Amino acid sequence: MARKLLLEHDHVPGIASYSVYKEKGGYRSVEKALKQMTAESIVEEVKKSGLRGRGGAGFPTGMKWSFLAKPPGVPRYLVCNADESEPGTFKDRYLMERIPHLLIEGMITSSFALGANTSYIYIRGEYFYVARILEQAIEEAYANGWLGKNILGTDYSLDLHVQIGAGAYICGEETALLESLEGKRGNPRIKPPFPAIAGLWGCPTVVNNVETIAAVVPIVNDGGEAYAKIGIGKSTGTKLISASGHINKPGVYEIDLGLPVEEFLNSDEYCGGMRGGKKLKAVVAGGSSVPILPANLILKTANGEPRLMSYESLGDGGFQTGTMLGSGGFIVMDETVSIVKNLWNFTRFYHHESCGQCSPCREGTGWMEKILHKILDGHGTIEDIDLLWDIQGKIEGKTICPLGEAAAWPVAAAIRHFRAEFEEYVKNPSGISDVKHYYRLNNLSPVGA
Amino acid sequence: MAATQEIKFNDKTMAVVNKIISHYPEGKHKSAVIPILHIAQAEFDGWLSAPAMDLVASILKIQPIEVYEVASFYSMFNLKPVGKCVIEVCRTSSCWLMGAEDMIKHIEKKLNIKNGGTTSDGMFTLKTVECLGSCGTAPMMQVGADYYENLTFDKVDVLLDKMKSEGKRKSYTDKAESRTE
Repeated sequence: MARKLLLEHDHVPGIASYSVYKEKGGYRSVEKALKQMTAESIVEEVKKSGLRGRGGAGFPTGMKWSFLAKPPGVPRYLVCNADESEPGTFKDRYLMERIPHLLIEGMITSSFALGANTSYIYIRGEYFYVARILEQAIEEAYANGWLGKNILGTDYSLDLHVQIGAGAYICGEETALLESLEGKRGNPRIKPPFPAIAGLWGCPTVVNNVETIAAVVPIVNDGGEAYAKIGIGKSTGTKLISASGHINKPGVYEIDLGLPVEEFLNSDEYCGGMRGGKKLKAVVAGGSSVPILPANLILKTANGEPRLMSYESLGDGGFQTGTMLGSGGFIVMDETVSIVKNLWNFTRFYHHESCGQCSPCREGTGWMEKILHKILDGHGTIEDIDLLWDIQGKIEGKTICPLGEAAAWPVAAAIRHFRAEFEEYVKNPSGISDVKHYYRLNNLSPVGA
Repeated sequence: MAATQEIKFNDKTMAVVNKIISHYPEGKHKSAVIPILHIAQAEFDGWLSAPAMDLVASILKIQPIEVYEVASFYSMFNLKPVGKCVIEVCRTSSCWLMGAEDMIKHIEKKLNIKNGGTTSDGMFTLKTVECLGSCGTAPMMQVGADYYENLTFDKVDVLLDKMKSEGKRKSYTDKAESRTE
């Protein structure tokens, strides 16, 4: 059995309740942090651990924490990003639903380290029932003295609240999330200033993903060095991977970073191989925003080395031959999947979710969606493929927030690795798709229909 | 029903609303707009009419436009009347790979409505939505607070028949049933 730091008790009956969680060693990190450590020493441990943001960007958490401004007399905030919306990602829902107290514990320990006395968990609106589970857990934590005034008799006090969203992918972007938490539309802010300087209500704020905050618990319990020994190179610790698509065993798996992709895909401990004995065609390894890789490049790097589940190995070769670990949303596609149709599905998603602030994203995602539809519908030309390439290049790096890149990268990667398939649609337009169905459903009139 | 209903929260609801407002520092109560809109939508027939949004604005002492602009941004807020059960089928990525399109067609046929439409008896509205974080249990749909996962045509038929026979409105703010996986 693989080592588990976060999901060790996920199948223990009643683990969602305070009593069972406590019995299994829960809330030790709070006790240790408040009674034996200082805020600074916790930040040091997190730095030593090498923990990187688990939401997708992979930025070192200890460094992010150390950027937090501490002007006297100004409140500081910790906000947990539980807006999990990256297609292919469902690990945070699993963690919060199964072991809500792990997140609450991580929030208390992390809030203490950052000097926050009020913290929020911003959860996507669709996870309403999960928010209820968290609220229940918070109530239990208050009742048992882990939240509220003078926790464990110390002079540290913390209030923790769950804030519900209402359906918007963009609110996973941290400044859009803060706007939403302030009761506004989820339009990302121009940076700088970064939230560490001016975040929630203009106060210094740290925004961390659910899994990142949960990982602080074992880091404080066992020390940053112990955590850093797990994994490979700068990819330390364990990572939750959401596995979905054409595999035998979809689900959430906790892996040591550095596990070979091939083992993750084929071992019965994880994905259990391809469903129905079909051949692997492609994998989107880190949520819909990261470049898709064909079977040969996801299993081995361009140099023929085994590809590993780590930030560096998945990134090996840059975007020419590599991809990103992202959020760990591992979407597996078998030989029956049309890459062009899949890309259309993704692009339609980004068009729908663009907040509309920046023209390249607002307009570009719509154009790309329409051109992909045109190609799928049998009216495409070779020039359309080049036009797609051109548009994605004009979105990337030209928007306030990374939704632009998230929309552009999948298009670039699909054309880079599967251009022949696009050309096939252009040359042999007989395979008319049921994409028409979608447009009919929504009373839209796409280009070429 | 909606036309004659008084747009006002009762004391019990107001207590919940005031508790939410207490989550924020003084003067930052605007943060409560989304949670309170959810309550308003659940209380007033599953959608946000202008009077419902005006009520939220008056409670929070903010301009109505500040509520409208929020309500119109987020996909979970319905700005038009909907059926008692809004069937939200995920169409993105892994759900698409696992047959969401066929599932949508099946539901359209069963309910005899198109996506976005409402059945003539006012029971169901069908809506396609983007990734709901249920990719490992695809295809899936959300109705009110409940996630229904690993859907098959048979399973959907049973679920929809049950909802119809119960005839109850389902809201996001409901207590979730024990989940069917």
